[in-house]
Parts: sequence; structure tokens; C-alpha cells
Amino acid sequence: MPVCPVCDAEPMISDDPVEGELLECEDCGVELEILALDPITLGEAPDAEEDWGE
Amino acid sequence: MRVGFLHSLIRKDEKLLIAELRGRSDVELVFLDDRKLAFDFASVPDVDVVLERCINHSRAMHALRLFEGGGLDCVNRYEVSRRCGDKILTAASLRECGVPQPEARVAFTEASALEAIEELGYPVVLKPAVGSWGRLLSRINDRHAAETVLEHKAILGSYHHSIFFVQKYVEKGGRDIRAFVVGGDCVAAIYRSSGHWITNTARGGTASNCPVTSEIGELSLRAAEAVGGGVVAVDLFESDGGLLVNEVNYTMEFRNSIEATGVNIPERIVSYVVSPDRAGNR
Repeated sequence: MPVCPVCDAEPMISDDPVEGELLECEDCGVELEILALDPITLGEAPDAEEDWGE
Repeated sequence: MRVGFLHSLIRKDEKLLIAELRGRSDVELVFLDDRKLAFDFASVPDVDVVLERCINHSRAMHALRLFEGGGLDCVNRYEVSRRCGDKILTAASLRECGVPQPEARVAFTEASALEAIEELGYPVVLKPAVGSWGRLLSRINDRHAAETVLEHKAILGSYHHSIFFVQKYVEKGGRDIRAFVVGGDCVAAIYRSSGHWITNTARGGTASNCPVTSEIGELSLRAAEAVGGGVVAVDLFESDGGLLVNEVNYTMEFRNSIEATGVNIPERIVSYVVSPDRAGNR
């Protein structure tokens, strides 16, 4: 099971994960990004940048 | 059809679009992560159309320009990203097309900005030309606040924070309207309600269904047309003088609006992207 790089918890992963997907660690609340699928590897999501948005 | 999905981080909005694309037997989905791309001004990905869903405006705009330069059909088009990604260019486009919007001024120095603010009359809203989710908006109620905010922006901000975009504050009764335009249709709209003057759902505003009246639909389509059409979200204020277009967003977020409106917005977007009748198709 992939683990949160911050708190070592095992966050819930969706049934159809994709690289780059954002998710939140239910234990520590940090925002995570799926960095790789095989095996699923998690990293901390980058901080918001000035031109982020819609 | 090969659909290039231009992205970086995948939010729930992108997941919904990906699921919709994967559910179509005639679509082959090609991921284009902007963090992994390098452009040579000549070659482009082997896809029939690009659906842009970048989280960074600057990357989206430049990637679209380079893709279109290589002959690729893109949703949205580069010109739409350029006009929508900069609030000053949006305001100019709306003005040129006669679309009603809050009164606004642009100034390049603290002194001229202060003069423009005083001329507009308090309160005003000072906005960065590039930015989203209600970030770095300043509601300025008096001259003291104006002087302070202008000084902070000039000294602490990067260069483009010294391009001052000032809007007359519009009393909107605790809500505004976001209308979703896909091609030639205004497919849905929501009220964004908040006790705070910033009503973005990213800042805690709540979404509820807003019936698409003929006035909302027609004005939203005019605003979309003014920036070049495509798939956009139009933010509207209900002012005493009628509806005003506040902003137009070109990589629109819709995840909080599907349940509220009952409209499958990602389905509408994907249908538009793959439609053989779409004007941008070659």
C-alpha cells in the first residue's frame, strides 16, 4: 500500500488513479500527488503558484 | 479520435473529464503533462485535438500558442486563454464588444492608480491582472487603505503587480452567478453565495442552482464570444442596473456545480471537444 510521505499513513487511493492526481491524506491532512502508478507512489503536492487557477 | 489531454495536477474536475473521455469508444486519450513537455517550435503531439486543463495560466497559454502554431486544434484556443488569463485583456475585449461590466480603470503607477481610485469612488476592488480563486483581491474602502495597498503591491509584488487594475465595487447582495458556456450554449449556471464579499467557491462560497434565464444565457454567450468562444465560465454580478460580467474563466472548474445544477458538465465539454461540427475542427 502506498504511504503518505509525511505521516506514513496509508491514504485511500481511487479505483482509477492517474499520474498527477491530487488527494488528501486523511490522517495528517496534507495534500498529496500521485507521482507514479506502478507501483503507486505518493509525494507532497506542490504549493499553489501565482498563476494557478481557472 | 486521439484527444490530447494537456494537464499538470489532476483535480476532481480533470478526473471527471478523463472518465468521460475514457467512456467513449471512439476516443483515444493521450496524456500531455505540461511538466514533461519540451517544445521545438516545429513538432507537435500526434493527436487530433488538445483539451487544455493546465493549472498554470502561463503554461497553458504558451503551450496552446505553440500547439496551434504546429497546426493543432485546441480547446480552448490560445487567443481565448490570452484574453481570459489577464483581467485587463478580458475587460478590453468585453468593452470592445459592448458587454456590460463593472466600471474599471488601469494605471501603471501608485500616483495614477490612487487618482483613478479616487475618481471611481470608494469602495473599489484592486485585482492582480493574472490570478484566480479570489486570491490577492483587495476591497479598498478609503484613501488610507488605498495608499497602503498600492505601496505594498508596488514594493513587495513582482513587476506585474505594479499594473493596477481597479474595479468599482459592486454590491451584489451576498452572491454572484457563474454561468457555464460550452460552444454556443449556456448549459448551466449557479449562484455562489457567501457572507464574505469574495464569493468564489474556492474561498468557501456555496453553490446552488441558478435557472438560466434568457438574460443570463444571452449575456453569457456575448461574453464568451467577446473572448473568442469555446468552453468558458462567465461570472456575473446582479447590479441595480442589470447584469454585469465580472470575469471570464477559460479552464473552468465545475466539480461543485454538477450536483447543484443536475447538468453533466464534463459530458457537455467532451461532446463539444470531439464534435465534428465544432468550428475549430479541421
